[in-house]
Amino acid sequence: MNADLFANAFFEILANPEFWVAVLRIATPLILGTLGVLLCERAGVLNLGIEGIMVAGAFTGWLAVHGGAPLWAGVLVAALTGGVLGLLHALLTVGLALSQHVSGLGITMLASALSYYGYRVSFPKVSTPPTITPFAEMDWLNVPILAQQTPLTLLALLLVPLIAYVLYRTPVGLALRLVGENPQAAEGQGVSVAALRSGAIVAGSALMGVAGSFLTLSAFNAFFFNMVNGRGWICIALVVFASWRPGKALAGALLFAFFDALQLRLQQSGAVLLPYQLYLMLPYLLSIVALILVARQASYPQALMKPYRKGER
Amino acid sequence: MRLEKRAQQSAIALALAPVGALAFTLLISALLVRWAGAPVGQAYGLLLKGGFGSVFALSETLTRAIPLTLTGLAATVAFKARLFNIGAEGQLYVGALAAVAVGGLHGGTGFALPAPLLFVLMMAAAALAGAFLLLGPALMKARLGVDEVVTTLLLNFIVLLFVSLMLDGPMKDPSAMGWPQSVALQDELTLAKLIAQTRVHTGLLWAWTLAVIVWALMKFTVQGFNIRAVGANTRAAMFAGVPVTRTVVLVAMLSGALAGLAGAIEVAGRTGYLTLDMSPGYGYTGIVIAMLAALHPLGVVFASVFVAGVLVGADSMSRAVGVPTYIADVIVAASLISVLVATSLTQYRIRWK
Repeated sequence: MNADLFANAFFEILANPEFWVAVLRIATPLILGTLGVLLCERAGVLNLGIEGIMVAGAFTGWLAVHGGAPLWAGVLVAALTGGVLGLLHALLTVGLALSQHVSGLGITMLASALSYYGYRVSFPKVSTPPTITPFAEMDWLNVPILAQQTPLTLLALLLVPLIAYVLYRTPVGLALRLVGENPQAAEGQGVSVAALRSGAIVAGSALMGVAGSFLTLSAFNAFFFNMVNGRGWICIALVVFASWRPGKALAGALLFAFFDALQLRLQQSGAVLLPYQLYLMLPYLLSIVALILVARQASYPQALMKPYRKGER
Repeated sequence: MRLEKRAQQSAIALALAPVGALAFTLLISALLVRWAGAPVGQAYGLLLKGGFGSVFALSETLTRAIPLTLTGLAATVAFKARLFNIGAEGQLYVGALAAVAVGGLHGGTGFALPAPLLFVLMMAAAALAGAFLLLGPALMKARLGVDEVVTTLLLNFIVLLFVSLMLDGPMKDPSAMGWPQSVALQDELTLAKLIAQTRVHTGLLWAWTLAVIVWALMKFTVQGFNIRAVGANTRAAMFAGVPVTRTVVLVAMLSGALAGLAGAIEVAGRTGYLTLDMSPGYGYTGIVIAMLAALHPLGVVFASVFVAGVLVGADSMSRAVGVPTYIADVIVAASLISVLVATSLTQYRIRWK
């Protein structure tokens, strides 16, 4: 049939630098979010609050900028929002040892509901969403694909080696990994499990907030309902795919973004005439396939999802 | 700070926990209502009146409670066995889709079978569709160790896109002028109204009956015991000879079927056809209901009426005083978190050292 047509469209897409710009742009919130999940899970705590934290970060960061704050202040506000929600998750899962699943889902529900509520209260009667001036491309940078990204993408890329360094080359990173693998042993070493876990959750959630703010301050210039659209859940899947390693998390996010960008372009090129829903399904299907592929050798942090109560065995 | 298990739970604390949680939730929501510039007292009055204050309000609340009871039961059964099924939303939609596939007016007439038989087939198809949708993640969990939370969550997105595909194609209502809407259900298959002039339908009796059946199943049968054993301690259950994989599969089928039925009953009782906005997150709210009910099947009946009342009441209140309807979602989410905290404090004492 139109195999040639398909091959042509395919190579045409790959040869276009714009495609690779799109890949990196789509990957950015996933990199930030996945690093956030990674920090939490390495310390032994699942954080299903990510989906809602991203919504909240997207909203508060944008709201601050809309109110006149500089763009970086908006990113900071998003990080703080994430941190506060992370603190709540830490209080519930570390402090009170509640179910990490339920607490995370509760935070997702609460954070999204509060954001949408706040948006509607702040802008009761708008027909088109109010906009801001988002981050500009880094024209001053002399690197082909990267120059067409915003500074938040650069931040995401720099955070990968930074977090890898902290996790594998510093005492606090070692302690954090120990807390996620064997909290009893960590406590025996004089490490406070509660403090480290809480710290990891707050830091990870702050990253999730920044991931959300990328959507409103860089990828788009307004806050929309359902704009996070499952990206948070995909980050949860990506961390498993990445075996909880920052470098692999970057690779996973890029691979995922590659397929997402590809489906968008193929859909637009009209080379393969499939219903658009099938294209949109692809990212979610891929995430599930990726989980199945790595299932056999997935090395979960040993204490993941196990609440730790001092003095209990 | 650390937790210390209380030797015995005080009866007063147990009674006060839900009250305290509710008070805290109302306090948070009051601040938000003030922020929106509405009078708090009046807003709460309107919420109560809109949710429970008249026969009409009650009928709307009960109508909304029907799918919530079923998704609440779906979450209860699954969570009891520590199978974290977050996919009730998707299971609800495939259930509704299967119901329309069997009972819809395809080609203007639909299947020419006696109505009672077709009704049974329709409900069975919905239950099976939901059950099989959850079976995949459950087996992947049991056999490969793939976390079911992520797979069921992602399946929700896939299912919604699949339903959208079907509403554009084979299930499309040709007379709906391009609006994505399925063909209507055959008239004989719709559920009767429970109270004339309202929307509340006999699906309520179905939901409540199923709650009693699930409760009896959990309490009095071997399967129910196995489910509770697997949930309490999977390893211990395995050593005690409980067939763990078979129990997980059974739980998945049961939980998925309940959520699938929620979809079919919504179509048959309320809408008459399937659209993409049929469920405003009933699947997710079901989890809140299950937790509010402390995973007790009969508690689900009451928790779902409470949550439905809040949702319906907030709708009418927000229209009257100009508070965004999202206040309902805030109240539901905040009550989940505060009930969890309150329950935990009745079981544990916090030592600050």
